Parts: sequence; C-alpha cells; structure tokens
Amino acid sequence: MKRRKPASSGSKKMRTDFMQRRGRARLSTEVQRKIGNQLRAMYDDVVHQGVPDRFTELLSQLDERNDKDKK
Amino acid sequence: MTPTRTAREEMLAAIPRLRAFAISLCGDVDKADDLVQEALHRALTHIDSFQLGTNMLAWLITILRNLFYANYRKLRREVEDGDGRYAASLKSQPEQESKLEFEELRAALAKLAPDQREALILIGASGFSYEEVAKICGCAAGTIKSRVNRARSRLSKLMSIERAEDFGPDHVTRAVLSDNS
Repeated sequence: MKRRKPASSGSKKMRTDFMQRRGRARLSTEVQRKIGNQLRAMYDDVVHQGVPDRFTELLSQLDERNDKDKK
Repeated sequence: MTPTRTAREEMLAAIPRLRAFAISLCGDVDKADDLVQEALHRALTHIDSFQLGTNMLAWLITILRNLFYANYRKLRREVEDGDGRYAASLKSQPEQESKLEFEELRAALAKLAPDQREALILIGASGFSYEEVAKICGCAAGTIKSRVNRARSRLSKLMSIERAEDFGPDHVTRAVLSDNS
C-alpha cells in the first residue's frame, strides 16, 4: 500500500502534466494563428496603400531620361 | 537600356508588396520608403540582369534586403535612438486609421533578429514558398524553416497573448488586481 500511494499520485501528476502540455500546444496553435492573421493584416494594410507618387514619379523620370539618352 | 514596358509594369505592380516587406523589416515607414527608392534605383540600373518571366517581386526583395543589411548597423542605431518613430510617421499619414493593434506586433517584430524577422514576413505574409525564400536569402530551405519557427515562438513570448492565463479567468483576476494596484 505504502508503495502504491506515491505511484498513483505520480501517475496523476503525469496525467496533469499531459493535460497542461496538451493545453499549451493547443494554445500555442491559437497564438500562432493570431500572430499570423495580424502579420498578414499589417502587411496587407500597406499593400492596399498602392504605389506612392514618389515611386511612380521615379519610374517615369528614369523612363524620360532614358528616352532622351536614346535620341 | 530602357526598361521594357513589361519590366517597368511589373516593377510598378511589385512596389506595394515591396513596401510592405520593407516596412515590416525596418519598422519605420520613412526608412522603408528610402530603402525602396534605393532598391528601385539599383534595380533600374541593373534591369538587364532581370530575366523576364521570373519573379519581379522576389528580385526586388533580394536587392532591397542586400541594401538593408549593408545599412543595418547604421539603421539599427537610428531606430533604437528614436522611440515612437513609427507612431510619429503614422501620424504624418492622415489617410491611415489608428494602427494601435499593430503597434504591439511591430514592437515585438523589432526585437527579433533581422534574419528571423524577414523569414517570418516572407513566409507568413508575402506568401512565398520556403524554396523561394531560401533563394532570396541565399540559404537552405531548412534554415528558413528553423528561422520561421524561432521567430514565431519568440513573437508569441514577446506578445502579451502568450500565456495560458491570458485566455482564462486568471487573466480577468490579474487585470482587476493590476487595476487596483
């Protein structure tokens, strides 16, 4: 009896550890999904701003300069 | 050589995603846009080495990240010096709504090593494959995988949503306790 008691409490502890680990793994997936969504939202937010004028101008200026060089 | 119309169009089309990558990498809109400008300049002068039919965005990102790492030390000093620089640069763009919810992510991203940060953005937001990112970064796909994993686990630790208590009733208790303190 004396020997079984610590063994049974040990297995209970193991079960608790397992539950906690499983909980953490599930939680981690949840956290990863949140981070992924937020990361994409932040990225897409910039993508939806389109092309700022300074870059459109840069490309056309270089085009014009190149056209002049050609002539 | 004048960039062909197609290459120029592809370049224009790639700019929004190039910016999104640059801003996520730098954490600062102004610095990122300067970097984008520098990358576009370089791309235009080396347009001959771009092969039509290949991925323009990947090519531009390769150029931009090379410039970023070349400037990295200088850039890091400046970013560290300027707390709230990102928030300030947002305020100068009235068309943007308040992006408070991104601030936490932005702050956490800034704490990652840049090689982990870029891997996470390219895989998690840009939608490149591990093989494509490996090519962009000049390393093995396995290296990218481990960088992404490390980035994700570090981010979840840095952000306040990482602990089990944050989802449970303990979170409320702690919030109440901290309100009282």
